Amino acid sequence: MSTESLDAAPTAIDALPVAPRRGWRERGWRELRGAPVSALFGLAVVLIYVTIAVLAPLLAPYGETELVGGPFEPWGKPFLLGTDQLGRDMLSRLIFGARNTIGIAFLTTALAFGLGGLLGLMAAVLGGWTDQLMSRGVDVLMAIPQLIFALVLLSILGSSLLNLVLIIAVLDSTRVFRLTRAVAMNVVVMDFVEAARLQGERLAWVMTREVLPNILPPLVAEFGLRFCFVFLTISALSFLGLGIQPPTADWGSMVRENATLITYGDVTPLLPAGAIALLTVAVNFVVDWFLHKTSGLRDER
Amino acid sequence: MNPIVETVLKRLGLGAVTLLVVSVIISFAVGLLPGDFAKAVLGQSATPETVAAFQREIGLDRSPVVRYVEWIGGVVRGDFGESYAGAGSLGEHRRQVADLIAPRLTNTLILAGVAALVAVPLALVLGLLAALYRNGIFDRAVNLVTLTAISSPEFFLAYVLMLFLAVRWPLFHALSSVSPDISPLEHLQRIALPALTLVLVIVAHMMRMTRAAIINLLASPYIEMARLKGLSPARVIVRHALPNAWAPIANVVALNLAYLIVGVVVVEVVFAYPGIGQLMVDAVSKRDLPVVQGCALIFAATYILLNLAADIVAIVTNPRLLHPR
Repeated sequence: MSTESLDAAPTAIDALPVAPRRGWRERGWRELRGAPVSALFGLAVVLIYVTIAVLAPLLAPYGETELVGGPFEPWGKPFLLGTDQLGRDMLSRLIFGARNTIGIAFLTTALAFGLGGLLGLMAAVLGGWTDQLMSRGVDVLMAIPQLIFALVLLSILGSSLLNLVLIIAVLDSTRVFRLTRAVAMNVVVMDFVEAARLQGERLAWVMTREVLPNILPPLVAEFGLRFCFVFLTISALSFLGLGIQPPTADWGSMVRENATLITYGDVTPLLPAGAIALLTVAVNFVVDWFLHKTSGLRDER
Repeated sequence: MNPIVETVLKRLGLGAVTLLVVSVIISFAVGLLPGDFAKAVLGQSATPETVAAFQREIGLDRSPVVRYVEWIGGVVRGDFGESYAGAGSLGEHRRQVADLIAPRLTNTLILAGVAALVAVPLALVLGLLAALYRNGIFDRAVNLVTLTAISSPEFFLAYVLMLFLAVRWPLFHALSSVSPDISPLEHLQRIALPALTLVLVIVAHMMRMTRAAIINLLASPYIEMARLKGLSPARVIVRHALPNAWAPIANVVALNLAYLIVGVVVVEVVFAYPGIGQLMVDAVSKRDLPVVQGCALIFAATYILLNLAADIVAIVTNPRLLHPR
């Protein structure tokens, strides 16, 4: 942003005693110390999930699709959380599920942001009929409930992993488009954007160097919320048997495959479902805190 | 013409156009079918003749425009076409999509209606209370509970309820199997758990939005003025805040009823309730397109109508919307 050049300008403010600038590490630490318990809890949960997802093959006692015992064995030794309907180790499936479910949802959200963010920025910067055309198109796409639209497309294209990721990413990018366009509109009318345009800067420069840095905070918060939404949608589709296909370990399908255990009073199928719920709650806590930080309630001292 | 009537009519027209465009999208999506689709539906043993007959029947040899006009012409007469189930046998086993949808649509409407009847008043009262006593213990506790309910997948809530209220303590039926010959009371009893799941999700969403809308309103200067005049809190709420709150509240209700539409799909599958959501999921996994199209059109139309209703309530109760900037 443009604060650097302002700091260097010789003004009366220079005469006042100014605290030395802190490194990002120190600032980050100070922010964390002042964070509410819910945000710290959320951060801790997210970190643990990411660690498990990354180190999955090292942590899991058995392979992802390895048949190790009889179906539906109870908790205890040698299977800490029992086995599933085919005799695969539940704990190992849960650990590998973290990697698959979170990884696919993250990839989808990133795609949605790439697409929606790019088009939203273009609509805001170009304006005119480009903006009109894209905005009306998005209006129509958003007039159908997302899950229903996804179901129609999946029934036509068939449910493969690639189709799933692309369909959800495209449908979700409509929301990203709306938000990016709305916040970018406020920045596009500012003088420095006008100046860059008059200088003859290219479209890509205006979009990425002038507008994007100024709309980043709301977009980062939105990324967290959209991730939760995508994560829940993909889990719901997998639970319905239309998302991530077996034998890939995935929390949504694991609930469906083992659901019969519920009728015997066994809590095992609730574990993957609970894992989904815990992660979304955690991300929501962190986003709440981040929004609070960036919405003008900043404490600079 | 009366400006309110004019604006409402304009909004209705816009809704009709949206519905038309949506029906076009649903119909044209069939054109995206991969080439091997006939084989996927008819099975690997299908002869080239049956494949050709089937492709002629779904109309892939005609232009998309002709296909759309034929489909939508049938739909307005209540004819959604024939299900693909049993296709290729070219016999009398075929079933009309409308016959498949009708009984299930009734079931879904009963479930959604019961959930809405319980959830809407409950959520509005809780939201109002949370807004009035904001930042208090009640508000914080409710905030935590609702955030958790919103963040959990519906099937998590559904199975938790099933485990505790049907299996550990058998108060309700674990599965909601219903048939037309059971009494209405029996029907209600069997859908208690799915309705409860939906109520939990909807109340959480609706309550948070009601709370936000009311807090937003209570911050306006004219409310502060009324308070400073020394009016009783009840009078401030009923006479000053409520008339301006109808529009946001109607919006909240409509948005959440629209959310209910998506919620029923998962909940019906969990409790094996024969509703339209379960029908659609089954049809998607069998790639039975006419059924999917019919269900999708019904879901989308309901969704558009609910949003339309919210807009109209907002226009009628808030004359300021008649003069957009």
